[in-house]
Amino acid sequence: MDLNEAQVRVLSLIHDANEKFHKIPGSAIILRYIKSSYQNDPVRSVFELFLFLFAVHYVLAPAYSTQKNKEVSLTEEEIDELIDDWTPEPLVAPLTPEEEMENEKRPVIVGPTGPKSKLSNGRTVTNLASYNFHNFVANETLKEKAIQALRTYGVGPCGPPGFYGTQDVHMKAEANIAAHLGTAACIVYAQSFSTISSVIPSFSKRGDIIVADKAVNFAIRKGIQISRSTVRWFEHNDMEDLERVLKRVVKEQAKKPLTRRFIITEALFENVGDIVDLPKLIELKLKYKFRLILDETWSYGVLGRTGRGLTEAQNVDATNVDMIIGSLSGPLCAAGGFCAGNEEVVEHQRISSSSYTFSAALPALLATTASETIQMLQDQPEILTSLRESIKVMRAQLDPRSDWVMCTSSPENPIMLLVWKPEVVASKNLSVADQNQLFQDVVDECIANGVLITRLKAMPKAIGASANEKEWQPTPALKVCVTSGLTKKETEKAGVIIRHAITKIITRRK
Amino acid sequence: MPTRTMNPFATSNPSPALDAINEKTDTQRRQSFTKGNKLASLFGGGSPRTRSEAAALQAAILAQQQALQRSPSPQLNSTSPLLPTINLTTATGEKQPSETRTLLQPPSPEEARKIAKAHAQFGPLGSPKHRYVSKHVGEFAEPIEDTPPMYFLITTYISYLILIVFGHVRDFFGKRFRKQHYSHLAEQDGYAPLNSDFDNFYTRRLKMRINDCFSRPTTGVPGRFITLLDRKSDDGNNTFKLLGTTTETLNMSSYNYLGFAQSEGPCADATEVIIKKYGVSVASPRSDSGTSDLTLEVEDLVAKFVGKPASMVFSMGFVTNATAFPTLVGKGSLIISDQYNHASIRYGARLSGAMIQMFKHNDMRDLESRLRKMIAQGQPRTHRPWKKILVVVEGLYSMEGTMCNLPALIELKKKYKFNLFVDEAHSVGALGPRGRGVCDYFGVDPSEVDILMGTLTKSFGANGGYIAAEKSIIDKLRTQNAAMLFGESPSPAVLVQIASSLRIITGELVPGEGEERLQRLAFNSRYLRLGLKRLGFIVYGHDDSPIIPVLLYNPAKMPAFSHEMLKRKISVVVVGYPATPLVESRARFCVSAAHTKDDLDRMLAACDEVGDLLQLKFSSGIAGGAAPEDLPRNEYAMERSRSKPNPPRWRLQDVLRAGVEDVQLPLR
Repeated sequence: MDLNEAQVRVLSLIHDANEKFHKIPGSAIILRYIKSSYQNDPVRSVFELFLFLFAVHYVLAPAYSTQKNKEVSLTEEEIDELIDDWTPEPLVAPLTPEEEMENEKRPVIVGPTGPKSKLSNGRTVTNLASYNFHNFVANETLKEKAIQALRTYGVGPCGPPGFYGTQDVHMKAEANIAAHLGTAACIVYAQSFSTISSVIPSFSKRGDIIVADKAVNFAIRKGIQISRSTVRWFEHNDMEDLERVLKRVVKEQAKKPLTRRFIITEALFENVGDIVDLPKLIELKLKYKFRLILDETWSYGVLGRTGRGLTEAQNVDATNVDMIIGSLSGPLCAAGGFCAGNEEVVEHQRISSSSYTFSAALPALLATTASETIQMLQDQPEILTSLRESIKVMRAQLDPRSDWVMCTSSPENPIMLLVWKPEVVASKNLSVADQNQLFQDVVDECIANGVLITRLKAMPKAIGASANEKEWQPTPALKVCVTSGLTKKETEKAGVIIRHAITKIITRRK
Repeated sequence: MPTRTMNPFATSNPSPALDAINEKTDTQRRQSFTKGNKLASLFGGGSPRTRSEAAALQAAILAQQQALQRSPSPQLNSTSPLLPTINLTTATGEKQPSETRTLLQPPSPEEARKIAKAHAQFGPLGSPKHRYVSKHVGEFAEPIEDTPPMYFLITTYISYLILIVFGHVRDFFGKRFRKQHYSHLAEQDGYAPLNSDFDNFYTRRLKMRINDCFSRPTTGVPGRFITLLDRKSDDGNNTFKLLGTTTETLNMSSYNYLGFAQSEGPCADATEVIIKKYGVSVASPRSDSGTSDLTLEVEDLVAKFVGKPASMVFSMGFVTNATAFPTLVGKGSLIISDQYNHASIRYGARLSGAMIQMFKHNDMRDLESRLRKMIAQGQPRTHRPWKKILVVVEGLYSMEGTMCNLPALIELKKKYKFNLFVDEAHSVGALGPRGRGVCDYFGVDPSEVDILMGTLTKSFGANGGYIAAEKSIIDKLRTQNAAMLFGESPSPAVLVQIASSLRIITGELVPGEGEERLQRLAFNSRYLRLGLKRLGFIVYGHDDSPIIPVLLYNPAKMPAFSHEMLKRKISVVVVGYPATPLVESRARFCVSAAHTKDDLDRMLAACDEVGDLLQLKFSSGIAGGAAPEDLPRNEYAMERSRSKPNPPRWRLQDVLRAGVEDVQLPLR
């Protein structure tokens, strides 16, 4: 009885299930397939099922092997022994004699930085080593504004911009810079050095293409490195070579999916001092459809009638450049950096640029100082003309007049980089280390005669890099930073001292 | 560098304590509240306290005042022994009044305004009991991470699912019918889009919804209170319009641990003097002519403070890490890093070219097994021994509120001979009886740690970062560090803020104030944490940590919590994915020494209400906060309570009543 009932029950269940199955759209096809494949051969069906499961497994399995079993298997005792054996290198290598010398000779300024600065040895020297080109450091109005800001905002903003660190002064500084440059928007970073290293990786990712000048500065190099993009270098400031590289990239990439492409270069080169041909660059970038990232760290506040930088100096609309990176810390004597561009470029950075999102905002008093100096540059273009006068005066003393060095900087660049003339290097058989040593002697000689100048610093090498890995390094150079805080006579006198020091040191060497 | 020998606050500070002596009626007390802080009236209307709660609060305050009366005042005015004015707090930036004021003379309106301004930046100490010494006792407590009921986890996943599906649906139709809004995601005129559609999805469809909770613009000092610029958006948080009005809110968001964000007081005074003398910039990298006497002085002070022979300072905390690693390790070296380490550490580590391994957050066993494996196996493929191994941890984790297990790390270091790098970005100044960071807190000799890195942004109210180590290491770094060679030097104004705040902490300047700040921070941290646990919130982190993350889970609760708190005039930070794991969205409170107990009571009251409103009280009790009758009395009960504790759901009144005493005991 029970058995019967159960049987009826099961049958009706099967019947119901069967009916339901038939109601599913497409069930007829599956049934037909199973029937036609069965062909009175159950083995065949089992085999097909196995094939099907294998296919599913194959599709779902990762494309690469997940088993990294390349380890040597060791017993615990062996591991302990290996650990006992292991002696790590010291955390840092010992100082080399050159490094010791550098630490010893690094100038320490007592009191404020200015055209005349007091060194820790008690001497007062003419300071031609700081970026205080317009002598904004000593400006009383700027100090007053900074103190006002201090009394309203305190010093630090105590938080990143995303978490209550954005203050009205930052927004004002951003608006001022954007208005000055003539771009749609701008974003202010807390430090100039880290700005471009963070801007590049926030746009350029793995697989994107960067075409960069060989002589770009350290910060750009690090930005490129962290972005993990494909990078192609072109010869320094050689527009023909750039075009060649662009052409090649476009050709190589023709059949691949479109990726972001960038040209990265500097307006005034930190390591060479020369100027880039922006109209030509714009022409090339438009022709080959690259975006342009222009580092104006050394030209903003220096070039152009009101210090707008390269775009103003060469009459290019700033909106033609996709991203303009500049500094508020050098010539502007405040602190921080910025990136100007269109709204999309700027808003993207607010979320994805690591040195903006993960670092505290710029102190308010420094942001207000930046706003004020920009206003001063706009209101008083004579600030820039007087700087250019000073550059001319200094240059007249050095470049054509010295038999030993030449200036690689552009005539409008207040940072004059002086390198040994090629014939001097050849005739005296000077290695890079020799050149650096000679320049260091020149620097010492100048300080002894009351003029503080400095050398161009080589880029630090990566630890563990093999010796035959050759990275681009700047030619050893003397760095003379002109300031309009000195009178014509004082500048001339400093120039003469530098020239004589160069002559004295080089003639001493056989 | 002007060193102040005179204590400008040694005498008069008229407001709250004064009233406690004078009167003890409620009306008088309330008056002092308004006198001490002009904001009280502002908050009066929007105050979250209901009447019954207010009554309970007042009872608590009364009890406090009586306690205050019994204890003798710590500092008496020597010039007027008959009519003493009391100064409980030394840390507010009030200037010494020109004449000695007595109780009979009320402050002039101008002075009252000044005091109110100072108190808005740094609240006065309500009672000498509101102090605690931040010091490690007993075993390192592995932080217990409570989990919410399954219901909340499932709804969280469903919420994300709905958000993602909605996002895709909107994208699907948007891309067809409103092409111009999506043009930036498509290939244009031969240019690839700057933002890839896929990467941008989360920002566009999820973060955009709650964008008004981030980057709120502020003005003024980010002290005890912070002034927000009101804004609104008409286009779904795409753009914001400033309304021109401001709201003053209780600041639970800034990293102002010791309350040095002040525009008055010795730090600001010293900064003003230096700006007048030095200007605001040195306009040169350190290696050219950017090293001034101030820089060296600050480096010396920082080194002495953290207990290392030498240090170097930088103008930005992020860059300190970003440039430090490439000068320490490179190819052939190994970095073992905690999984929750800050982005700057990852950035620096990636730049260095060393191999990077991660270990589970604060899991010493995982670290040890990785160390054993890595040392035994050597470098991948070549199996050569590692040149060096650098273990990188943070002193205090900014999203978790946990501290690193320094004693255990030192043990491992002795055994495995690795180098230890501790990032004290959040812990320096905020932890330890003398504020010197995790080493001080755990009583570990700083020489046991190879590199101590930290920022000067947080506890010192300045900007920048430092690295402290042996002199030979620092000497080498000075010649190799990119920020030293090419980056800008710290501004003199920032340097002097660092120097004066450090001197206050050590007691060299305004003796007693530094200690007060440290102990108030420790008290405030424990008080708020204990209160939140007792109310039933899931709170992560160690008891003494001033970072208090409260778990929200559901993504929609992030904006809801932020808005509700803003309604109650409290600004908080909410964080979600990708800064935290997907399901663990949280609100993060940063406690400051500038907060008074009243501020924290207000905070607790607000959390209590919002917690009920948003269903946030879901702790199970395993992480502490149990009611006294539920506390285990013997071994057996302890065992049982660990496996199945009673969830703590205290009433607000009880939390406020018992908080001050219970903070002094080990938190349960």
